[in-house]
Amino acid sequence: MSDMSLNSRPSSGLLGSALRSPSFMIGFLLTLLFVLAAVISFFWVPYDVTVLNIPNKLKPPSLEHWFGTDIFGRDIFSMIMVGARVSIAVALVAVGIGIVAGVPLGLLAAARHGSLLDEVIMRGNDLVFAFPALLIAIMITAVFGPGAINAIIAIGIFNIPVFARLARGAALSLWTRDYVLAARVAGKGQARISAEHILPNILNLLIVQGTIQFSLGILAEAGLAFVGLGTQPPLPSWGRMLAEHQTLYALAPQTVIFPGLAIVLTVLGLNLMGDGLRDIFDPRLRRAR
Amino acid sequence: MSLLEIDKLSLSIYGLPILRDVSLSLEAGKVLGIVGESGSGKSMTAMSVMQLLPGGSEWSGHIRLDGRSLNECSEKEMCRIRGNDIGMVFQEPMTALNPVQTIGDQVAETILIHTGASKREAKAIAREALNRVGLPEDRFPLDRYPHNLSGGQRQRVVIAMAIALKPRLLIADEPTTALDVTTQAQILTLLKRLVEEDDMGLVLITHDLAVVADMADEIAIMKDGEVVEQGKTVPLFRQMSHPYTKALFEASGHVPERKTHEIDAAKPPVVQVEDVVRDYALPRTSLFSAPGRFRAVDNVSLKIARGENVGLVGESGCGKSTLTRAILALDAIQGGEIRLNGDLFSSAGGGPNIKSRRQVQVVFQDPYSSFNPRHRVDRLITEPFHLLDNPPTGAERRERIVSALTDVGLQASDADKYIHEFSGGQRQRIAIARALIIEPSLIVLDEAVSALDVSIRAQILDLLADLSDRLAVSYLFISHDLSVVRAITDRVMVMKAGKIVEEGPTEDVFLNPQHAYTKELLAATPILDAALSAREARENRNSEG
Amino acid sequence: MLPFLARRIGSLALSLIAASIVIFLVIEVVPGDPASFMLGLNAAPDTVAALRESLGLDAPAFVRYWEWITGMFRGEFGVSYTYKVPVGNLIADRVWVSLPLTIYALTLSTLIAFPVGVLAAARRNSPTDVSIMGVTQLGIAVPNFWFAMLLQLVFAGILRWFSAGGFPGWDAGFWAGMKAMTLPAVALALPQASILARVMRSSLLDTLGEDFIRTARAKGLSRRQALWRHAIRNALIPVLTIIGLQFSFLLAGAIIIERIFYFPGMGSLIFQAITQRDLIVVKSAVMLLVFAVILVTFLVDVTYAIADPRLRRGRS
Repeated sequence: MSDMSLNSRPSSGLLGSALRSPSFMIGFLLTLLFVLAAVISFFWVPYDVTVLNIPNKLKPPSLEHWFGTDIFGRDIFSMIMVGARVSIAVALVAVGIGIVAGVPLGLLAAARHGSLLDEVIMRGNDLVFAFPALLIAIMITAVFGPGAINAIIAIGIFNIPVFARLARGAALSLWTRDYVLAARVAGKGQARISAEHILPNILNLLIVQGTIQFSLGILAEAGLAFVGLGTQPPLPSWGRMLAEHQTLYALAPQTVIFPGLAIVLTVLGLNLMGDGLRDIFDPRLRRAR
Repeated sequence: MSLLEIDKLSLSIYGLPILRDVSLSLEAGKVLGIVGESGSGKSMTAMSVMQLLPGGSEWSGHIRLDGRSLNECSEKEMCRIRGNDIGMVFQEPMTALNPVQTIGDQVAETILIHTGASKREAKAIAREALNRVGLPEDRFPLDRYPHNLSGGQRQRVVIAMAIALKPRLLIADEPTTALDVTTQAQILTLLKRLVEEDDMGLVLITHDLAVVADMADEIAIMKDGEVVEQGKTVPLFRQMSHPYTKALFEASGHVPERKTHEIDAAKPPVVQVEDVVRDYALPRTSLFSAPGRFRAVDNVSLKIARGENVGLVGESGCGKSTLTRAILALDAIQGGEIRLNGDLFSSAGGGPNIKSRRQVQVVFQDPYSSFNPRHRVDRLITEPFHLLDNPPTGAERRERIVSALTDVGLQASDADKYIHEFSGGQRQRIAIARALIIEPSLIVLDEAVSALDVSIRAQILDLLADLSDRLAVSYLFISHDLSVVRAITDRVMVMKAGKIVEEGPTEDVFLNPQHAYTKELLAATPILDAALSAREARENRNSEG
Repeated sequence: MLPFLARRIGSLALSLIAASIVIFLVIEVVPGDPASFMLGLNAAPDTVAALRESLGLDAPAFVRYWEWITGMFRGEFGVSYTYKVPVGNLIADRVWVSLPLTIYALTLSTLIAFPVGVLAAARRNSPTDVSIMGVTQLGIAVPNFWFAMLLQLVFAGILRWFSAGGFPGWDAGFWAGMKAMTLPAVALALPQASILARVMRSSLLDTLGEDFIRTARAKGLSRRQALWRHAIRNALIPVLTIIGLQFSFLLAGAIIIERIFYFPGMGSLIFQAITQRDLIVVKSAVMLLVFAVILVTFLVDVTYAIADPRLRRGRS
């Protein structure tokens, strides 16, 4: 598995195979749906989600309110649209942190394989792995108070070792390739080789992992929000929508089912897209499956 | 009645034709050699007999073992035949054994699944089988794991598994290709002995004509999924009625035409290695003692003059790859120094002198991992320009690219292609172009033709000989293959256990080896002509007697 | 085996030290003055001074760190500021809820994932495999707390097989405790089982492509025999890593799920401590959870060596 797509050919016909991969297409469309919902929510939502309308609370789905209303009388459909913004933004930035900090660390560790630096980076990774993301978030919020930024940091920190390990593992196998040796014989230094020969050849892996971490980020953000450590009111968030209606599932199932489905479909979409990309990038694996 | 009869076997995998009308037969106690280059279908023929074909396979024709048609055998019946009536040995001994099971359990398994033997009886039979393949009890108890056995020893375990139940037929698919020559000679002797003792039939699949001439009573030559010629070994090689057989024969013994090179003793040698030492740290065995060290290169000195082609031969683990990496300054050395054209290039504790780096370039073994798949050929071969103070640009760069490509027999238009558009042989030409483009004094050829089929190998050797005649470049030619080294070098060095044990003009060393190890190596190396003459003499003797 | 164990124990100790330093820094050094942080903005200066005194905050950081670590070895975790009882007692009551829940979920997840993964790999590309892959893909996407709510809705709300929440305590009997834990354990286990089943399947498929499987088939083993006798043990090695990681996920997940089911576990303790700014409880509770995770990672490493003779010699 670790060798996956390290040898794949340059992107001839990638679009064609993307269109032919059902899991990529389904995943891509699902993801697109939620990204569009988030983008549109900046310009237009059916109902203002900051206005409470208590008399109108817990209405079942209807033509006016497609997904019904919540305990404060807000339109659940609109809340989900605005909630998509938060989920996607938090997860995206957290993946960004993981890539920006993790990939260079991994490349550096691989370039200096066996050195003290490598050892320190890998031990640090292990240490972060020993803290589940939730515990990191708990500690941060215990000291700095809850909020979206802290959720991002907590999820982002956990993403760093994921990308560092992936980049290091893949880079290590590339450092033994003859073309890297040839580049060294051509006098190129570690930084230059990492940029010219290593990074472009592990990009596929990073993209696939990025998609998967993105989906894990959505789940983690929802979990943090659910326990009150994520985004704070009045900005809606899928996780907190669930938490606020935790006791109302029997009375008003729509308050629990729709936000939950939003999470499931987004995560499913991203995972399917990741799987699809993996197959597209590496035809060898697809044949083996 | 023949032991094995294959009649008009055709095979396709997902509609892609692999074999066409392959017909072969083999008598008990005889050896059938199947020879061909990669992609000729020789392994798939074996897998058809085993009925272990990959998914999507469809085959037609008849396969009969001892008169029993395998066409009618269900998968269940095939399971009873495999391991019991047919044994098989594979190419890659390092991965052929289950790493988490003892060798005893793995050999005993063959017995347990085919006979009603108890565990204890099975172990006893396994022990006997291991003894027969030369793994005696005192050094190879049943409870050893594969990971602390060498490649040759693992191959013996695989053979023990295959012959434990004395099958009628043994199929060996490139059984010695991954092994050193001396180990190869031992394994081949072992196979020959087992065939005689058990009156087995042996199907030996190989790309090596010399091996097959030594081993096989009959030969089938395959190309593109068809048998192009088959017959008794000696007449087949003496007549060679099919042009492909002839081409294969010529390519495998090919010696490129070379001019004699004037050695200019006045100039400093292109490379001078003085007392170089290369140590590796061994894994720690205890927390409290310092890790041990392994000396892979032990005070080696050598010199290569301008225009000289020097060979470095030795078996795996002898330190030749480590020495190569040290000469290329890919690894730091722990003792001695390396000079290029008289200038200090690297020394113990001193990093490589970047100015000297342009004097040496390299061609690696594997044409498939030698190039970044994301770059075009022009970018790939101009990578060494990085070493120049003023790398050429624009029209001059283009000119240099075109001249390097045409030098190695490629087209100017190839510069804009990606590497995956080329075959293995073409890639090796591109690797040579990359090495040539900054006109180094020394090119290190690290097993540069070992991964190529014989016909391609012959072409690349011709190219190398031609370049060395035309350009003032020296070669350090590292190989485990003595016949290749003999064909292309002026002088040869033999390396063993980190030391150079013998060196001298190539022909002298080959005709009159001094060191015992060199003699051993040469004796173990299969040579086509010698094997044929020996077989002929043996057969004549037999027919007279 | 011995040097291997020694090295592993060494790295276990190192990880614990590093983790404790990180926790100590985040909780006691980063906020500046923990005493005024815990008391809030409106506290009177003499109250803060009294708390500083009782917490021993005037001592230098490394002395406090040393006190904390050595105290934990003696079983003293400090006194909770809000509860006014030793943190050790608080944790001891609750760890017997969270830990059994985690282990229950991990066992369920493994028991489900193993046969499902093997089945999918053995029948690869069959309708069985395709449906398993589809269901697990969905399972991965389901957040466990949402799944917990759905389970409550169906099994407590509609079918009334289980109560919707509350933990009777182990005093009420083992089976009563297990019954109360079943819904939360299932909610935790199914999403993780989906991941594990997929890992099991792909690891098994990788192993089935190895040369030694072909050797086994050439000996006369059927496809099924080769799978059971040769592939599974080799395929388990990567699966073990995932099981180790899952412990950490499940432990964290248990903290969330406990809230949905009103369990008096570590989760409720930690979240209460956070709202009350009781840093002393947070510090030791988090340390304990991290200790559990690091210990499990260690056990997984040791299990590796048992599964793989190549590792026993020493170097991994």
